Amino acid sequence: MSSQTLSTILFLLFVVVTLGITFWASRNTKDATDYYAGGRGFSGVQNGLAIGGDYMSAASFLGIAGIIALSGYDGFLYSIGFLVAWLVALLLVAELMRNSGKFTMADVLAFRMSPRPVRTAAGVSTITVSIFYLLAQMVGAGALVGLLLGVTSPTGKALTIVGVGVLMIVYVVIGGMKGTTWVQIVKAVLLMGGAALITLLVLAHYGFNLSGLLGDAATQSGKGAEFLNPGGKYGTEAQGLAGKIDLISLGLALVLGTAGLPHILIRFYTVPTAKDARKSVLWGIGIIGVFYLLTLVLGFGAAALVGGKAIAAQDKAGNTAAPQLAEAIGKQIFGDVGGTVLLAVIAAVAFATILAVVAGLTLASSSSFAHDLYAHVFKRGNVTDKEEVLVARISAFVIGAISIGLGILAQGQNVAFLVALAFAVAASGNLPAILYSLFWKRFNTAGAVSAIYGGLASALFLVIFSPVVSGSATSLFPDANFAWFPLSNPGIVSIPIGFLAGFIGARLSKEYSAEKYAEIEVRSLTGVGMERASKH
Amino acid sequence: MTARQHDSSVYEEIQASEQFQELRRRFRAWAFPMTAAFLAWYLLYVILSAWARDFMGTKVIGNINVALIFGLLQFVSTFGIAWAYSRFAGKRLDPLADEIRHDTEGKSE
Repeated sequence: MSSQTLSTILFLLFVVVTLGITFWASRNTKDATDYYAGGRGFSGVQNGLAIGGDYMSAASFLGIAGIIALSGYDGFLYSIGFLVAWLVALLLVAELMRNSGKFTMADVLAFRMSPRPVRTAAGVSTITVSIFYLLAQMVGAGALVGLLLGVTSPTGKALTIVGVGVLMIVYVVIGGMKGTTWVQIVKAVLLMGGAALITLLVLAHYGFNLSGLLGDAATQSGKGAEFLNPGGKYGTEAQGLAGKIDLISLGLALVLGTAGLPHILIRFYTVPTAKDARKSVLWGIGIIGVFYLLTLVLGFGAAALVGGKAIAAQDKAGNTAAPQLAEAIGKQIFGDVGGTVLLAVIAAVAFATILAVVAGLTLASSSSFAHDLYAHVFKRGNVTDKEEVLVARISAFVIGAISIGLGILAQGQNVAFLVALAFAVAASGNLPAILYSLFWKRFNTAGAVSAIYGGLASALFLVIFSPVVSGSATSLFPDANFAWFPLSNPGIVSIPIGFLAGFIGARLSKEYSAEKYAEIEVRSLTGVGMERASKH
Repeated sequence: MTARQHDSSVYEEIQASEQFQELRRRFRAWAFPMTAAFLAWYLLYVILSAWARDFMGTKVIGNINVALIFGLLQFVSTFGIAWAYSRFAGKRLDPLADEIRHDTEGKSE
């Protein structure tokens, strides 16, 4: 049996199992709390695994391993930003959001503000961030299937995107948060297991001598000792000062973006209490941290055992480094069959990863559309539970269809920058609004709206005029040149703009309610009046 | 300020209570400086990665260099701070928060 066939079988097995779980979960999905927040019935450990599942996207599994395999140390900079970011979520956001919110990020923002403008802004931002992230994953799925399953025709890739999209819609529409959370849990376990297995084999191959592995990686990369130093990809000497500032800018967006990502924030609502939210973030940090340590070995292992040339020949960005490594190490230790089997396992895990992450993103954006925009902005809160959930399901379908369409249109485009952009927007617009809402007495509607739109607009504006969109060979439009902003990552400018806009906006408006501030402060810190778990 | 005159709400009463003020003080006195500290520690790492490459490339043991150790230390500090926070919150925040909640809601959990 070929590796492609085996991989397809394993992936189908994952699909069958997760669909089964989704249908099972749907029997217990009765009201809005079930659909949006899984009945708030998940334990800290379960939600911690699901946090890992939602967060460890294909971009971080295949992408970071690929960057390390091709450019060396710099991929590690990415992992560290992604990990440290969780401390912001743990210390400042997770528990307080669980205590004071209900279903979406906007619940906390709109708490003491005029609800319609704030929910509109939060909804727009949530949907924008999620669609960016979603699009990057969808295009990635198309590219990956081409490389791993040998599907090379544009029609074949388009069909893959449709397949992934349809599955993701089914998970979300039928299973809601409950089904999606279980998909994340299964995926997290598979991904950790797969990555740990390959890592162990690589380390065993080197007699658990890390230095030996690094030495081999440096030699085989063709770059020598430089391969183990920072500067192989970000802020290279050739890019000069702008490149180095760009690296700082990326680092800021990564470390501050996580606590503003809507699909991560809604995870905190799926547990019964703030203590469980804390516990789930602790588990999440443990899982994600170990996972990034594994990708470090995977990346250097791929450089050492597959070699930079062979990886770049398959995919210029290195996205197939981890699967290629699985094949190489399997072959070395267990012979040809071993290589085939391990490649198939890792390829199937990669698909499971993409599928789970896109489901989480679709859920976050459709929840925000239904709960924030439809129920509170269009209908001013005059909707029944049933109607709201129906709208959420319809919007999951529509958002899924839109992202399938965009994914097919964007095929073959270099859209990897969209992940970093999603983090930048989250850090620039959502995070200031959340932090001010929770901690600043004098914050108000004008402040929240200015922070979100200011951060969102400045990040988008700067990226449009940056080298990722035009002016260089790797740009989205390589033939045009309107790039006057020198950085690929807008964070270093747009994050301060978001915080400043929120501050100035709040100061310029006289709106202020001591009573509402007392309420959010007391509720967020003590859990008085918090939303309870479902009884059934 | 246009805060209108009103009878103070239940929440304002809790907010004004000594117990709550103590909870708020404890939380902020731990979380805010710690956030500043880990962000500064992380930025130091990124800045050194951009500007102090010779230092970061110094080999320590075999092929293991300062950059790798510095990066691994970020993992250690992240795990450590997360663990310390959970201990701190369990000991110093949860009992107070539970007390205030029970007093307010008038029932035990």
